[in-house]
Amino acid sequence: MAMLAPSYATPGEKLAYGVFALYCTLVFIFLVCPILVIMPLSFSSEPWFTYPLPGLSLRWYEDFFFDDRWRIALQNSAFVAVFSTLLATTLGTLAALGLSRGNVPFAGLIMSILISPMIVPVVIVAVAMFFGFAAVGLNNSYFGLILAHSILATPFVVITVTATLTGFDRSLTRAAASLGASPWTTFRMVTLPLIAPGVTSGALFAFVTSWDEVVVALFLSSPEQRTLPRQMFSGIREQISPTITAAATMLVVFAALLMMTLELLRRRSERLRGTMA
Amino acid sequence: MAVTTADGVAGIQPEDKTSLKTKLKRAERINRVRSLSLVAPLLIFILAVFVLPIALMLIRSVQNTEVRSAMPATLAALDGWDGVATPGEPVFAALAQDLVQTQKDRTTGLVGKRINYEVPGARSRFLKAGRMIDAGGTGPWKEKFLANDPEWGSVPFWAIMKRAGQTYTPYYLLTSLDLRQDASGAVMKNFDDQSIFLDIFTRTIWISLLVTLATLVLGYPVAHLLAILPPKHANVLMILVLLPFTTSILVRTTSWIVLLQSNGVLNDILLALHITSERVQLIFNRFGTVLAMTHIQLPFTILPIYSVMKSIPATHVRAARSLGAGPLTAFVSVYMPQTLPGVGAGCLLTFILSLGYYITPALVGGPQDQMVSYFVALYTNREMNWGQASALGAILLLITLALYAVFNRFVGIDKVKLG
Repeated sequence: MAMLAPSYATPGEKLAYGVFALYCTLVFIFLVCPILVIMPLSFSSEPWFTYPLPGLSLRWYEDFFFDDRWRIALQNSAFVAVFSTLLATTLGTLAALGLSRGNVPFAGLIMSILISPMIVPVVIVAVAMFFGFAAVGLNNSYFGLILAHSILATPFVVITVTATLTGFDRSLTRAAASLGASPWTTFRMVTLPLIAPGVTSGALFAFVTSWDEVVVALFLSSPEQRTLPRQMFSGIREQISPTITAAATMLVVFAALLMMTLELLRRRSERLRGTMA
Repeated sequence: MAVTTADGVAGIQPEDKTSLKTKLKRAERINRVRSLSLVAPLLIFILAVFVLPIALMLIRSVQNTEVRSAMPATLAALDGWDGVATPGEPVFAALAQDLVQTQKDRTTGLVGKRINYEVPGARSRFLKAGRMIDAGGTGPWKEKFLANDPEWGSVPFWAIMKRAGQTYTPYYLLTSLDLRQDASGAVMKNFDDQSIFLDIFTRTIWISLLVTLATLVLGYPVAHLLAILPPKHANVLMILVLLPFTTSILVRTTSWIVLLQSNGVLNDILLALHITSERVQLIFNRFGTVLAMTHIQLPFTILPIYSVMKSIPATHVRAARSLGAGPLTAFVSVYMPQTLPGVGAGCLLTFILSLGYYITPALVGGPQDQMVSYFVALYTNREMNWGQASALGAILLLITLALYAVFNRFVGIDKVKLG
């Protein structure tokens, strides 16, 4: 831990830094261990959650990929998440573009309304939509679930795209306009390529929001539209079958891939901004 | 010398000036309309699919239609009632008339259920009277009702019946605060067996505070470490913070169940290390709830603190040291005060989000660890008492939005960074 302590540190101070480093290590273990503990269990040959593993097998993965209930849940989740992502990303990106132009009246108020789905407790969203959708016959439909998930996902798109736009050089679009490009051409040829990393990471957050969402799905969907998290939830409630650990492992791998994509996008965005400055 | 050329480019006449001004104004207006039309689709979408249903839910928390729609004749007859003695024959005749209709519509039970909230036993009284009506017969009805159940003669019952016929009621909101109105309308403490809600709100706030404190104690040093390490190392460790952040809450909750259950991994370790002599209960209690919630909220607290710490120049602490401050003094009086905005942002965010937890306490908590959200869901799905669900939701929403306003004022939600 020599790199932590400054060169002028006293021995006592070095000891303090050692304790500090140990403490942080323990917190990191706390952060990661639940995720690392569950993965090996999904390869266990027996349906018990004990270490050491009695033997290795892929039977829970077989169950996950070939059992009808899990397969339908997987399909439903993918279907709902893709359409929610499309809707949330389109609307969220447009709104972020509009707000960043700096001439919208009550921009602060509008921004807090647009972000509020992230803050309002999800049960309130679920119950309110359950009653509201019942009145217009949207309960127990894919469309209703997609609308609800889009609402929950838009704040992430607005936040990420707005963050990208704060470093955006306005003179680029003005240059395009002065050279005769229409607003649409300017958007397509100049703005979009530059904010693409922000839009993509917003879309990824939107996807993951829908993909992981369970409370609204519990209220608004019938068994026909059950999603992966809903299937997992009912599984955990009754009896944790190892198939759930297989599903969980797949989701962790998915999350890790997603995070790597986000990191690559962040670097790309920084590079783009670097060349602009 | 007036430089006015034929095409008017080099000089500007007064009338051109005003037209330029209006032109500029018009251009600005067009620009503003353009910006607004970009924002409008999402704003309308959120207002229609999110804000409107929530507003309707808020209205539902004071709505009171059950008795009003099912018992119009009775309520009309009660209009002239003095509220001192048992109502006379006209009221009972009207009640019999209304019950004929509710028996046909199968809504007698609904009316009984609504009155039952305030007068225990009223539901069976209504159902019994309904059966009497079904049997047929004619008036006078007062004796018949009293013979069916003497409680039909109770004056407080009729006062509550009359009040339950109003379009709006404070009943659900009062109940959510463990208050009730007696027959005369005075507000007082609710009966002990119905006073469960203040305890639930206190518990929700207490659990959220514990989680916030735990994330701060665990997260502050980690944020500091991430801020002082060279970027190469910090980025690797950052992944450890962000990996749980992007992993499904359900997956993490499942992991905690697997880890904490009595024949789970953690108990195996405790036994193997001889720390405990028997398996201890780590789950379905307060400990498990706070632990799992802390794990989920930790990145939310770490990230805002980290981004503030990152902006504090290392020279400040060095300057303090060179001026003779000890390491502790330099840290506590120079470094820590500068990190407070991050601490405030991270803690407030975690506290706000913790208030609304539902899934995690439902899966890893015991009956005593369920938070307000659980009861909103319970009253919606199981008890079918939608007024009560809406009232609890309205109070939870109020607390959340008040804190959100504080957060917006001091931090700004748009300053929140993701990843």
